Amino acid sequence: MELNVDDIVQWMINANDNIQENKDDLTTLDQPIGDGDHGINMARGFQEVVAKVSNEHYDTVGAVLKDVAVTLMSKVGGASGPLFGTAFLQMSMTMKALTTVDRDAFVRGLTAALDGVKQRGKADAGEKTMIDVWQPVVTLCKETSDVRADELVQTAQAAMEKTKDMLATKGRAAYFKEKSIGHIDPGAASSYYIFSALAEVLQEKNE
Amino acid sequence: MKKMINDPDRVVQDMTDGLAAAYPDKVRKIPDTTVIVRNDAPVGGKVGLVSGGGSGHEPAHAGYVGRGMLDAAVAGEVFTSPTPDQVLEAIKAVDAGEGVFLVIKNYTGDVLNFEMAAELAEAEGISVEHVVVNDDVAVEDSTATTGRRGIAGTVFVHKIAGAKAEQGASLADVKAVAERVVANVRSMGMALTPCVMPASGKAGFELEEGEMEVGIGIHGEPGIERKPVARADAIAEELTGKVLSDLDFSGSDVAVMVNGMGATPEMELFLINKKVQSILHDKGIHVYRTFVGDYMTSMEMAGCSVTLLKLDEEMKELLDATSDAPAFRI
Repeated sequence: MELNVDDIVQWMINANDNIQENKDDLTTLDQPIGDGDHGINMARGFQEVVAKVSNEHYDTVGAVLKDVAVTLMSKVGGASGPLFGTAFLQMSMTMKALTTVDRDAFVRGLTAALDGVKQRGKADAGEKTMIDVWQPVVTLCKETSDVRADELVQTAQAAMEKTKDMLATKGRAAYFKEKSIGHIDPGAASSYYIFSALAEVLQEKNE
Repeated sequence: MKKMINDPDRVVQDMTDGLAAAYPDKVRKIPDTTVIVRNDAPVGGKVGLVSGGGSGHEPAHAGYVGRGMLDAAVAGEVFTSPTPDQVLEAIKAVDAGEGVFLVIKNYTGDVLNFEMAAELAEAEGISVEHVVVNDDVAVEDSTATTGRRGIAGTVFVHKIAGAKAEQGASLADVKAVAERVVANVRSMGMALTPCVMPASGKAGFELEEGEMEVGIGIHGEPGIERKPVARADAIAEELTGKVLSDLDFSGSDVAVMVNGMGATPEMELFLINKKVQSILHDKGIHVYRTFVGDYMTSMEMAGCSVTLLKLDEEMKELLDATSDAPAFRI
């Protein structure tokens, strides 16, 4: 695995496409256990991310990801803005000087992102949040020397679906307690779209 | 629903422009933001005080910007936390090298966005501390909160921490007194009618004619109970009783705030206050100072909240210190 600046920009373009396409589904997921604006907010944020990063010239991967973070923070709003913003900000800080990232650097970045989200959200795995997708993806990347696109998609998708049976203890969904069981967490679903977008980049590089 | 607005998407921009235009001798708006700051910010030798949150709670928070209170207030969209970049602008505008103190109401979005802004500011070399206000005794968790919500008691935190900062106290000392206020302030509210969201033109929730909701939040989040509208004395008894049962106020000196939710005639607030005062008198609790009016509203919601703050000597002095904030002149 080796990702350069263009690959990261393409990752964001793919992520935006996925989220725009599934905007209504994300919002539907958010209605029973949230306030029903997750899809709209994420779609607005990623649209702005793409507008930003596809019009700038970047020397380092860290610089792209920092713009991604700052844009998500300022455009998504609610709780998702700072949480996804934190993930990309922490990732960017580990890649500040890098023009390309190899698998080890990427694992370091993903780990920093995951730790940042845990700290920001005061949450951990198993609480029906985006962490339940990020954690298994980090583990997969750590334990696999060369992550394949299909493995990444499968891991993220299975992890997202597992949140359906979890009981929410953090965030707005926690208010609904037992009623939160039976619904996929919207933040986990958005995270799945972000990682499946990354898998598309890996797939294309291998072709 | 009838509202005096231009463009629903520009309500907060238009409001902050109008507010800055109303008090040009005291405050200004930072261009391209929804941040209101003191004209003389950053004030040399002083810790900067920043608060904010979703709009719709006016005069909170921009009305509390002034000498002796806040240095800046950040206005988010209606009932939506401001984003970290906006909070960061406020922090940078008020930092005079002594650090910046953030007063945050306990809502998940507010806490996340303000904490994130604090980290960004620290990355730029500014010392930032914060306090999270959770004075609402009504419910433990809500649709928007882990733990208790922050409501009208926040205004006492602004006032007392603001006065402390104005004296030239250190960031640690401002934080210490703010934490003492948070530990000693309790509130509870109720509503007679809902408020209407400018973006949708719809009520945030429904209340039947003749029905009230006790323990409601300042965004219309669910409270404890819906029941037939009671007499003013009974409402005052219920709110005050719940507040008194949460913290031991016996024998102490207190500040009282009877806060209107936005559409409550002052007449009714004074009826509530009359009963609150007599309850406190009967329990041997000494009222040091009383505030009656609209301090932490929910747009055109009708209803009120009752706040009690247990005072120590320093808090009394700071409460009485001069403030020229437009919505809190002392």
